[in-house]
Amino acid sequence: MAGSYPSPEVDFSAAWNLTPVSAGDWLVVAPTVITMIGGAVCLMARKNTNAQPKLGLIFLTLLVLANGGLLLRVLDKGVITMVMGSWLPPFGIAFTVDTLGATMSLIASVVALCAGMYGASSVGSTGRRYGFYPFLLLLMTGVCGAFLTGDIFNLYVWFEVLLISSYGLLVLGNDRPQLDGAVKYGILNLIGTNLFLIGTGLLYGILGTLNMADIAMKISQLDAPAHGTLATVAALYLLAFAMKAAAFPVNFWLPASYHTPNVVVSAVFAGLLTKVGVYALLRIFVMIMPASREYMADLIAVVAIATMIVGALGAIAQSEVRRALGYLVIAGIGSMLAGLAIGTPLAISGAIFYAVHSIIVMTALYMVAGVMQQMGGSYDLRKLGGLYAASPAFAAIFLILAFAVSGLPPFSGFWPKVMLVESAIVTGRTWVAVAILVGGFLTTIAMGRIWIYAFWRGGPEGTADGTAVALPATSKLLTPAAVWVPICILTALVIYFGIQPEGMFTLSAYGSIGNVDPSGYLNSVFGGAQ
Amino acid sequence: MELGLAILIGIFFTVSIYLMLSKQLVRMLLGVAILGNAVNLSIFTNGRLTREVPPVIPADLYLPAEMTANPLPQALVLTAIVISFSFFAFLLVLAFRAYQELGTDDVNEMRVAEPENDPLPPQGY
Repeated sequence: MAGSYPSPEVDFSAAWNLTPVSAGDWLVVAPTVITMIGGAVCLMARKNTNAQPKLGLIFLTLLVLANGGLLLRVLDKGVITMVMGSWLPPFGIAFTVDTLGATMSLIASVVALCAGMYGASSVGSTGRRYGFYPFLLLLMTGVCGAFLTGDIFNLYVWFEVLLISSYGLLVLGNDRPQLDGAVKYGILNLIGTNLFLIGTGLLYGILGTLNMADIAMKISQLDAPAHGTLATVAALYLLAFAMKAAAFPVNFWLPASYHTPNVVVSAVFAGLLTKVGVYALLRIFVMIMPASREYMADLIAVVAIATMIVGALGAIAQSEVRRALGYLVIAGIGSMLAGLAIGTPLAISGAIFYAVHSIIVMTALYMVAGVMQQMGGSYDLRKLGGLYAASPAFAAIFLILAFAVSGLPPFSGFWPKVMLVESAIVTGRTWVAVAILVGGFLTTIAMGRIWIYAFWRGGPEGTADGTAVALPATSKLLTPAAVWVPICILTALVIYFGIQPEGMFTLSAYGSIGNVDPSGYLNSVFGGAQ
Repeated sequence: MELGLAILIGIFFTVSIYLMLSKQLVRMLLGVAILGNAVNLSIFTNGRLTREVPPVIPADLYLPAEMTANPLPQALVLTAIVISFSFFAFLLVLAFRAYQELGTDDVNEMRVAEPENDPLPPQGY
């Protein structure tokens, strides 16, 4: 029937970007596409439990390669934009990748690859049959999508993708504590995303656009860019992403749930999920609503300090290793929020560096906790002991990670703290600098307690001084490689970023400057239109 | 029209927050469901309300003759409905499983993951 209509001459370039997408730019969507296909393939093969880890690792390796290529391309060409359906911005859903998004996405995929390896040993055939690898891959779809998207409603969708996958991982195994933790995690996180959605709806009502670059431009042209309904939107975003990032006082779902699932699931969650919240805070408050960030800087600083101190004190008060680590995740979030509160380019790049460091070190620590449980038979500090005698090499790895998470040199946690403390002092917020140092000190105590109880003393509680208790499972320690390789990779990264921080300095500085002054981002989105 | 919907949304939010403050898991879930609807209605209202004009374009024109409804909020709401419905379904099953395993739907008594009378952490070495 098409022939019965006249075919008018239509100027397609008014609506579409007619330049074909160059081959390299397809990398922008590669991370989400690879993980989605990988999740589907693993799901189809879910009954073949032996093939699951292999399939999963193949797709996770591809993901790391794609993200690595994407980061190199961004460093080479600047910000890359790809609009679904080639619509001219602000129409159509844009994926816009800058250094911040590409760096976070790369580190997240490296950590996911390590978790995939670790899962090959710690997730049994039941866990595999019920979908550990499909859930892990789809979780990465959500995480990478959130890091790479340039559309605020699309960000909500990726949040939901990662949330539903995380529910699946969290209840994998169906134990009583897991169900208990999942109820709290599930409801509170769903409320958090709903708050985000309310804010997005209001923002759309004010500005009539959902494209982040367009929003950033339109907000900067408003008369009072921090007041009126925008203040409501900013407050809703702050609350929603603070819930996602587990900032005080909306952090209680994290210690209630993160210690319940399989330890590798805890490791992935601790590494990735809260940092997606931090990433969203950075993206929205640094790039899109800088005036609102300035307006709320003191509030964010207070929240950051409370988060740091509550997290570190909580870790000291725990006798379960995984629960203590859960609190340390929260303490780290406080440091990143401090960077957001200070808001200078140096502070923002400190927050980015800290996020990268925290992704690596928290995942590694949970994996180490899994090994501690294998060696000592428990996660309880009262029942652990003598691990140093059992394996000095493993004790050394724990000590390195403990130094890193406390922010002691020469490991990866030291440099971001230097940047944060320096920028706090330069901007006259000495109290924030003091809080960061006190938080680091308390974290050192918390890690020192685990070190003394689990590693240094001779045996579990009640062992007499000077005597040592032989551990039953000592012979099984050095196998399998699936446990040791990921831990060693992550520890090596911690050492590398500590000794050779220049690369991370550059990446985080690019990421920070690209958000403080988003002209590169805006040009990339609207360059085709002008 | 906007005012009426705004008041309705306000009532939805009130009811959902009231329900979510409850201790009973089922009530909280109902609250979450209503919250989702309140959010959807608010997105819909934020897209501006218009008279119902069918978006039909006459054969000799490129644009509709009259202003038709904004389709974008409808697409957003549709996405959000699907997502919030699937989450609600999942959480209902989860709550039922939790009720089966833990024997209670009172969140104050759900203390398996964080036991209430946990002994103090070790205090000496």
